[in-house]
Formats: sequence, C-alpha cells, structure tokens
Amino acid sequence: MNRFAELLDRLAYEPGRNNKLRLITGYFREVGDPDRGYALAALTGALSFKHAKPALVRDLIAARTDEVLFGLSYDYVGDLSETVALMWPRAELAGHNNPPPPTLTEVVTTLRTLGKTELPKQLERWLDELDEIGRWALLKLVTGALRIGISARLAKTAAAALGDKDPHEIELIWPGLSPPYLDLFAWLEGRGEKPVNRDPAPFRPVMLAHAIEDGDFAALDPTDYIAEWKWDGIRVQAVAGRDDRGHITARLYSRTGEDITGSFPDLVPSLRLPGAIDGELLILREGRVQSFNVLQQRLNRKVVSPKLIKEFPIHLRAYDLLGDDENDLRELPFAGRRERLERFIKKLDDPRIDLSPTVPFTSWEALTAARADPASAGAGEDADAVEGVMLKRRDAPYLPGRPKGQWWKWKRDPHIIDAVLMYAQRGHGKRSSYYSDYTFGVWTAGDGGDELVPVGKAYFGFTDEELLQIDRFVRRNTTEKFGPVRHVVHEGDKGLVLEVAFEGLQRSPRHKSGIAMRFPRISRLRWDKPPREADRLETLERMLKAEPAEIEV
Amino acid sequence: MRPQDILLPAVAGLCCKPGGFHIDPVRPVERAVITHGHSDHARAGHGAVLATQETLDMMRLRYGENFAGSTQAIRYGEEIRLGDVSVKFHPAGHVLGSAQIAVTCKDTCIVASGDYKDAPDPTCTPLELVPCDVFITEATFGLPVFRHGDAADEVKKLLASVALFPERAHLVGAYSLGKAQRVIALLRQAGYDAPIYLHGAMETITEYYQSRNIDLGELRPVKGVKKAALAGTITLAPPSATSDLWTRRFPDPVTAFASGWMRVRARARQRGVELPLVISDHADWDGLTATIAATGAGEIWVTHGQEDALVHWCRSKGLKAQPLDLVGYGDEEESETPLQDEAEA
Repeated sequence: MNRFAELLDRLAYEPGRNNKLRLITGYFREVGDPDRGYALAALTGALSFKHAKPALVRDLIAARTDEVLFGLSYDYVGDLSETVALMWPRAELAGHNNPPPPTLTEVVTTLRTLGKTELPKQLERWLDELDEIGRWALLKLVTGALRIGISARLAKTAAAALGDKDPHEIELIWPGLSPPYLDLFAWLEGRGEKPVNRDPAPFRPVMLAHAIEDGDFAALDPTDYIAEWKWDGIRVQAVAGRDDRGHITARLYSRTGEDITGSFPDLVPSLRLPGAIDGELLILREGRVQSFNVLQQRLNRKVVSPKLIKEFPIHLRAYDLLGDDENDLRELPFAGRRERLERFIKKLDDPRIDLSPTVPFTSWEALTAARADPASAGAGEDADAVEGVMLKRRDAPYLPGRPKGQWWKWKRDPHIIDAVLMYAQRGHGKRSSYYSDYTFGVWTAGDGGDELVPVGKAYFGFTDEELLQIDRFVRRNTTEKFGPVRHVVHEGDKGLVLEVAFEGLQRSPRHKSGIAMRFPRISRLRWDKPPREADRLETLERMLKAEPAEIEV
Repeated sequence: MRPQDILLPAVAGLCCKPGGFHIDPVRPVERAVITHGHSDHARAGHGAVLATQETLDMMRLRYGENFAGSTQAIRYGEEIRLGDVSVKFHPAGHVLGSAQIAVTCKDTCIVASGDYKDAPDPTCTPLELVPCDVFITEATFGLPVFRHGDAADEVKKLLASVALFPERAHLVGAYSLGKAQRVIALLRQAGYDAPIYLHGAMETITEYYQSRNIDLGELRPVKGVKKAALAGTITLAPPSATSDLWTRRFPDPVTAFASGWMRVRARARQRGVELPLVISDHADWDGLTATIAATGAGEIWVTHGQEDALVHWCRSKGLKAQPLDLVGYGDEEESETPLQDEAEA
C-alpha cells in the first residue's frame, strides 16, 4: 500500500503526461501481481466495493483528537482525508512487534468482503500501520475519491507501454477484463495469449470535441467539415450485440462508460439491431425536444416509475455509428460512418430513435447565421434545445479522447449579466488558501431604497491571475466574517462588479430572489464599473419570461 | 512584577520598557535586540543593535555597513544588563546565529524565542531549553497537521527522483538564508558528493556559511553553465526563482521546494511544485508542544502563525495562554500570502 501511495503522491504533483506515464509504467514494472493489477483497477476506476462514508472517517478522527484542533486543521487543509491522514496520532506502541503495513491487494480484497460493522476497526488498524502518505491514499481509496488527474486512458497507455503495445488494443479488449488483470499483464509481458473480449455489448471510449475560438476559423476550410446541431441533452452510447446463443443484449452507457441502462428501461426495446450508436439522450413530447431542465427530472432517480416513463418519454437522437453488427466502423472516415448511420436508422425504423440532421452550409458566415437562428436553419420547433453547433471533419476516424482538429463544438453565446460580489468563501483542495467561491447579487427595490439580493454562486470562469486579484480584493474589503465566509463590501460606490455568464434561469423558491441560474461562471471582472450600475432583478425576470415554458411536475 | 510590565506588544514590535529596547522591531527604534538574521526580524535603520556575531554579519551582508547606528555582539550564554533588566542569549536552532532572548527583571524570566526548531540541523547550534516563567513561542506550523518528519528522508526522495529522471535538472526552491545551506549539508550527509549548483542570489550567504567552517562540499554558480550540462544535477534557488523565466536555462526541470508548507498538498500544488520536500527550519506541532511543556513556563504567549490552535492546546493543558498580536511577521492575519511567509518557512 505504501508503494502505491507513493505512486499516487508523485502523480498528484506531476503535470507532464509523459512523466506521468513513466512513473506508472515504472510502477507496473517494479511491482508484481496482483498488486499492480489492483493499482490499474484503482487508476481506471474499475474497483468495486462499498465506499466508506466521510462521516465514518470523521468519527474515527473525533475519537482520537481534540475537536477544536481538528476543526481548525480541516479548515486550513480543506480536504477531509488529507487532514485525517496528517493529524492521525502515532500508534502508542511503536515497536518491533507491529504488523507490517497492508498491501494494496490486502486492502482491496478485505474491503470487498468486510461487513459494515467491521469497517471502522479495520480502518483504524490500517491507519495505525501506514505512514502519512499511505494513510492519505488509503482514505482516498476507501471513500472513493481518488482524484489525482489520471484518466483511465492514461493508465491503460502506461500498461500498454509495458509490452510496447498500442493502447488502442487494450481499449478493445478492456470490457472483457477484470481486476487484477493477470491475463492482461501476462500478455503484455509476453507470457500469455492476448485476452479476448467476450462482452456482446461493450462500451467504446468516446471521442470528444474541442471548444472552438474565433481565431480558429481562419485555419479551417468549411468544405472539410460537416455541421450538426449540438443538442442540450446527455451524450450516450447505445450498444446492442448478440451473445453466444444469438440473443440480443442491449446497454446504454454514459460518456464515461458507466452503464446507465437501468435508468432507461423504456429505450431498451428499441435497441434491437446489433450496433453501437453515439447520440444524445433527450425527452420528446409530441415530437418536440424538451429543455435540459425537463430531462434533468428523469436523471439520478433510484426508482423509474411507470408514471415517470410516461411523463418523460425518452428519445435517442443519433449522430454517429461506431459498430454495425460485427463490423467495427471506427476506422472509417466520419462521412462514411454517417452514411452507414443513415441506413442503420432507416432500417431500425423506430419512433424512439431518429437521426440528428446535418446543418448545410457553404461558408463560416452562413454557419454563423444558422447558429444564431437555428429555428429557421432547419431545427424548427426544436430550436430551443439547440445549444450550438458541432463541426466534424469529414475524414476523421472515431478516435477516443479529444484529438486535435477533428471535432469542434461551437456553443451559442451564453446569457450575461453584471452582478456585485457580496460574499466570498474559501475554496477546497487546491484552492484552500484562496477565497474562490463567490456569491453575487443584483439590485432590487427594498424597504429602505435599493438593495442587493443574492442570485447565484460561482467558483470558476476566472483565470489564475484574476483569482489572485479577487482574493486580494476580498481580504482587503472584508466587512465581517462568519466562519469561512467573508462578507465583502457591496455598496453603490464601493465593491466589485462581476460579469457573470450562465446558460439558463429557473424559478426557485429556495432562493430569496426566486431565481436560480444554470451553470453560472465569472466571465470578466469589471473593475471599471461602479456597483450601482450593475444589473437589476427585473432584468433577470425578463430573461426568465423569455425562457421556454417550464412544465411543473 | 507582572510579565506585561516587562514586555508588551507595541506598534514597532515587542517592547521592553524597563530595559529601554525592542525585540525584532519592524520599525526603526533607538535600541533593538535581534533574534536572527531573517529579513522580517532583522531590519535596517535602528540606533543600536544587540545580536549574535552571525546575525550582525548577515545584516551587514544584506543591508551594507551602515545598517545601524552602532552594533554590539553577544555570545550564547552571555548575560548583559540593559536598564532594569538582564538579557541573556540562548541557541534557537533555527538558522546560523539564531537566538532565544531571555529577559529577566527581578524574579520574573520571560523567554522570547523568535523562530526555533528542535530538529537536528548540521548548520547551526541546537535549540537549548531555557526554563522560564513566560515563554513566547512562534506558531508558524501551529496546527497538528504539520509534522515534518525526518528531513533526511525527504532528501532521499530528492535523490531518488534524480536517479529516476537522469536527463532532467532538479531545481530546489529553498530560502537563501539557512534552508539552502541545510539542504546542501543534508545532501552531503546522504552521500551525494557531486557539485551542487547555486542561483546567484544564494552565493553570498552560502559563502558566509562556509567562512564559518560549515562544510558544504563543492558548490558552483549555475550562471553560464550550458543547458545540457545541467542534466542530472541539483540546483538550489530562492523559491520565487523556481517559477520564473530563469528556469528555462534548465533541461525539463523538476521543481522541488523545501518547506514545512509542503506538508499540505494544496500549498504545494498552488505553487506548481512537482516534488514537495517537507523540510522546515521551524518547529512542527509536536516540536512546539514539546518545547512549550519542557520550558516549565506557566504562561505562554503565542505569536505569528496559527495562534488559535496553539493557544487552545496550552489552555487544555492548564497553561495560561494568549495570542500576542504582533504585526509584520508573515501575513497580517492568516499567514497566507504564499510568497512572503513561505519563503522563510
């Protein structure tokens, strides 16, 4: 466990991709089975055991340390696992008879079978046996919060490097493998046959787009690209395949490969042709795409009731085909896959699955016009659910990850208002020493004249340099402190105006202003603008009225 | 006599009225008694300065010959009468020449410890425990999450990285007075005998350490060395330089930083450090609490750093304790402006 912890620790600080690869490959080379297999599983998110709740970790530390000292430490460090790992008191009886620290295999296999009541005692024992970094890694692992900036793809690439293989080969067989991957390592080290993927409906790693900037267009030729609407839904992969006995298995995956079939049983009967569709999950009512707010009400439900299925009819809008029956189409150019997709959807002929139309254009000017007014450029009544356009190179194969220059997303301009910074709170993790979470407000008429009412909270959108500037401003202009929250000066002529961009508005009885923003972020700092010139609540009310009508459930 | 009649925080720093002097004043005063050479404690422009020979020498190197009206050197263990009080210097183990100052008036003894550490350091005299009635302690790392561990293990980590990436240069950010020389000495203790390279800003003070018979092995200025020749080498630089354009002269540098702050991940990442080395010249939590207990003092005054936690700990142990509001050492309230306070940690 300590060796694995060391790897995680070093990876957490190493920014360079190639150096990360070297560190991981070095670990795979140096550490034997099955530890390295469980490490690969941890790095790719393939470990499954019931995670410990943060509350359990809090209880453990509370029993061993002073409450006030823990509170002050947690506030400073900003991360529960790290705070506990650092302040965990040394075991009283340090000596020769101490058991050796656990191996990663021991931790993973014990956690799989351990009963809930035995977990606290077991964790305590391990915490006593490990050092600071070991404790940190252990707590990250058991709470399921192993965020160290390593993608599953990178970990697989590092494994591939062990045997000089193409990582793509691992991707293809990956769905059929399971920890601790003894067969995979045996193949990589030339000691065994290549493992075979027997899953009839495997996930294929998705291809992602870069956000396009104004300056990018000059270098791009419109004739090289096909445009489609960018739908405001959820990207999914719908896969159907025949098992050994010829029965169809159908699965729906999220863009990260999570199996979400269980949440959408109403779509499964439509996936009856073997193939793999890349598309957008939407709610359609009377043939019309509903807003993301409506779709959201079908997500993350524990129980999918018949009522829910009826009121939120699910729909798949297809824009790519990765597999057609037995054939892997990913090496084909996009234009070729699109043709196959059109034939596939026609043959399927299912009301729940349709084709995402292409947007014809001959110049960037024409596409700009289409993007500004999707309703008259072919999106018709669904225009409200369009959040921009996608540009895909005609000749691009389907490549996992975010390859440069192949796919671009070009979102519609967000809504923008000027708001006044009211409260600031310290961030967590990497930002624990900065005031990086901002509550902002707009003006409204109050009893004693105009006053600011909070309308949202944002913690990104600014650059590192701007973060420093706001942090400095907050520290110098604090009028009151409530725990980690600072009350920042906000008067007509004193305060900081933030330009806030957001994607949409919703009514919310939970907020004093009655309005909640979707995806708010700081787009600019308006040092030049006096707070009294910031926007008013009436402006937001008008924007809300212009939003597509919400259906209350 | 009440302790606060002997020493009291004032605008210029800790003031001793019966003795007619200030300790580590942050503004020019008539008579200053100075614990050690770091710039937030040792400032120029005082009338008379009393400090160890090393501290006076460091001030001269930094500020020039006329940094004070007059100076007087004092040795560890030496006692001097100033007004109605007597003043005695004891080693603080922080950096070369650093001292705790014991101020005694009638039967009351107050020790102003300045910055101190109880960890071994081959470049300075170890901390001496001074029994007293009131102990004034720093609290730079006054939270139980700060446990520095063995500095030798951190140096091993650095050497392991040099072995893993032989084609890259290793840049170690370290405060130029004290930390840099300690890291070099630790590298030598670990058996590293290749030349160690120095940023220009480190040369003067490091030469001064060598002139005081501290063996640091072969040191070379990094200036003018070809990029390719720096592969596999270790260079020490002031922390601010490790994120500077200056680093472009190195082949794919690994940025390390030797500081007690490196214990907290967010701190290390915030600075873009790839190899955090937890090496501090301040006492960690265990060191602070052990030292406080060992002085036998019944009253503890806590200054610059995380006062709240340490005051809470003292009170929970039945000691009288209060934070001492001194400004000018580190940041004004949370010691969170990274560049200033981290530089000296």
